[in-house]
Amino acid sequence: MARFLARRLIHAVFVVWGVVTVVFFILRLTGDPAAFLVDQTATREEIFHARHLLGLDRPLHAQYLDFIAAVPRGDFGLSIQQRRPALPIVLEHLWPATAELALAAIVLATVLAIPLGVVAATHRDGPLDHLSRVGSLFLQSMPSFWLGLMLILVFAVALGGLLPAFGSGSLRHLILPALTLAAAPLAQNVRLIRSGLLEVLQQDYVRTARAKGLAERGVVYRHALRNAAGPFLTVTGLSLGFMLSGTLVIETVFSWPGLGRLMVQAVPGRDFPVIQAAVVVFAVLFVAVNLIVDVVHGLVDPRARVA
Amino acid sequence: MIRLGRHGVALVGVLVIVASAVLAALAPALAPADPIRNDLLSRLTPPMWMDGGSGRHPLGTDTLGRDVVSRLLYGARVSLLVGFAAVLVAGAVGVALGLVAGYYGGRLDDLLMRVGDVQLAFPVLVLAIAVLSVLGASLGNVIVVLGVTGWVTYARIARAETLSLRQRDFVEGARALGARDGAILWRHILPNVLPPITVVATFSVARTIIAEASLSFLGLGIPPPAPSWGAMLDEGRNYLTTGWWLALFPGLAILLLVLGINLVGDWLRDALDPRVERGM
Repeated sequence: MARFLARRLIHAVFVVWGVVTVVFFILRLTGDPAAFLVDQTATREEIFHARHLLGLDRPLHAQYLDFIAAVPRGDFGLSIQQRRPALPIVLEHLWPATAELALAAIVLATVLAIPLGVVAATHRDGPLDHLSRVGSLFLQSMPSFWLGLMLILVFAVALGGLLPAFGSGSLRHLILPALTLAAAPLAQNVRLIRSGLLEVLQQDYVRTARAKGLAERGVVYRHALRNAAGPFLTVTGLSLGFMLSGTLVIETVFSWPGLGRLMVQAVPGRDFPVIQAAVVVFAVLFVAVNLIVDVVHGLVDPRARVA
Repeated sequence: MIRLGRHGVALVGVLVIVASAVLAALAPALAPADPIRNDLLSRLTPPMWMDGGSGRHPLGTDTLGRDVVSRLLYGARVSLLVGFAAVLVAGAVGVALGLVAGYYGGRLDDLLMRVGDVQLAFPVLVLAIAVLSVLGASLGNVIVVLGVTGWVTYARIARAETLSLRQRDFVEGARALGARDGAILWRHILPNVLPPITVVATFSVARTIIAEASLSFLGLGIPPPAPSWGAMLDEGRNYLTTGWWLALFPGLAILLLVLGINLVGDWLRDALDPRVERGM
């Protein structure tokens, strides 16, 4: 287990280093990062001055080493729009706003998926199973931000303001954005739980549990569901990536004051330090969650430690 | 609910895709109006079956008086072009790298797979937005960004297939007969790698169309005034109370096209990839 842990940890650190390297080069895709790091109204002299000040007239490898050294200190430079360090701004938007939204969505996508998946599996090929198949297909085929717009149209416009269309601060504000963000992962989870259960329900120990007279509910929830959880766990970690992408559009639709909206709004203002910090934070979050999922999976199932 | 067989459902998907392609191709002939010409006198005209609607604008007009049907027809061109072109780029790059990595193994293989791990750590839209904010939003840049960021899945599948194929008798046989590596990869391994790749690529087209719509919705995709379904939704979202049709129809168009592609993908998966369990 210790070796498994160490290997996963080294791998995670490597990936984060790669992420930081990519972020360093993105800004240099056009050849002149200085143009992105100063005010758009800057004069030629100011750009030259900034280039010198930021060390952009030094050799590329020296700049790279500076960047690699600065990132672990949390130094992404000053936000161009707010004139204060970029990382604290990013973290303020991540916590609590985006964290609240993402956690609510993960909980919704998991808690609702279990009974729905069980119903689909236990009524295999019946009308309920078909309904869940068609529903999943639709939810996975629509852009999440459009679903959000339609929910606003129904709950905030047509039903006369039953739920607020935008803003944050109360549980009622959280409902629509969290539902929107949860929709696609929920659809996927229902299908996963269904197929996982169908496989497990044919195993011998399930037959044994039934044979000793256990109620069907006990068989499904106690014995089968637990063993169908492995792949579900892995996919939940991976679907966080989709969810982080989702926050960009969904926070914009609902004016949710989180990291996704911050990043989107930083683009027209060309606030590159904020964009860089946001990209690194998004990627580190994704790597960290998948590391945790791997480790938990390894703890629960020794076979997973080999891979 | 009408029960169609699996083939029937897939046929519906094919029909949707073909119909979209035909409508997109014939957009100049079919569109009732110029998709980017403003007509401020008839702005926010509702669909024809509503009070105040007109037969000249079957699905109404937007806030600048532009015809919604015409913009939907031209928007289909963007969605289809970006969806298929980006997946083609991603698939070509990914399969080529995966074949080489799987066939030769060693350092190169390690390096490519580690680079793939790094690539996968970026949520797609996050990376796309960062890159587009530097390069600028344009049709070409959107295709390149969505194409280049999508290579990993193809590389992994192609690599895994190649690893299992390169020791098989027919490959060993070809090698014993003096076939060069390039010929073995091209003639013997690639054809066996393509079926699972096709399945993944089909679902990717659907996801890419949604990604393009998302980028355009955020103002980072196809620059205005060119019609794109995502950009239309962006323009419509501020008029939910006075012009609900602006937010409804472009979304329905995306849903229909993506649904059609996903139906075909499901069918291909069952037909081409027997290892994937049918239960899904």
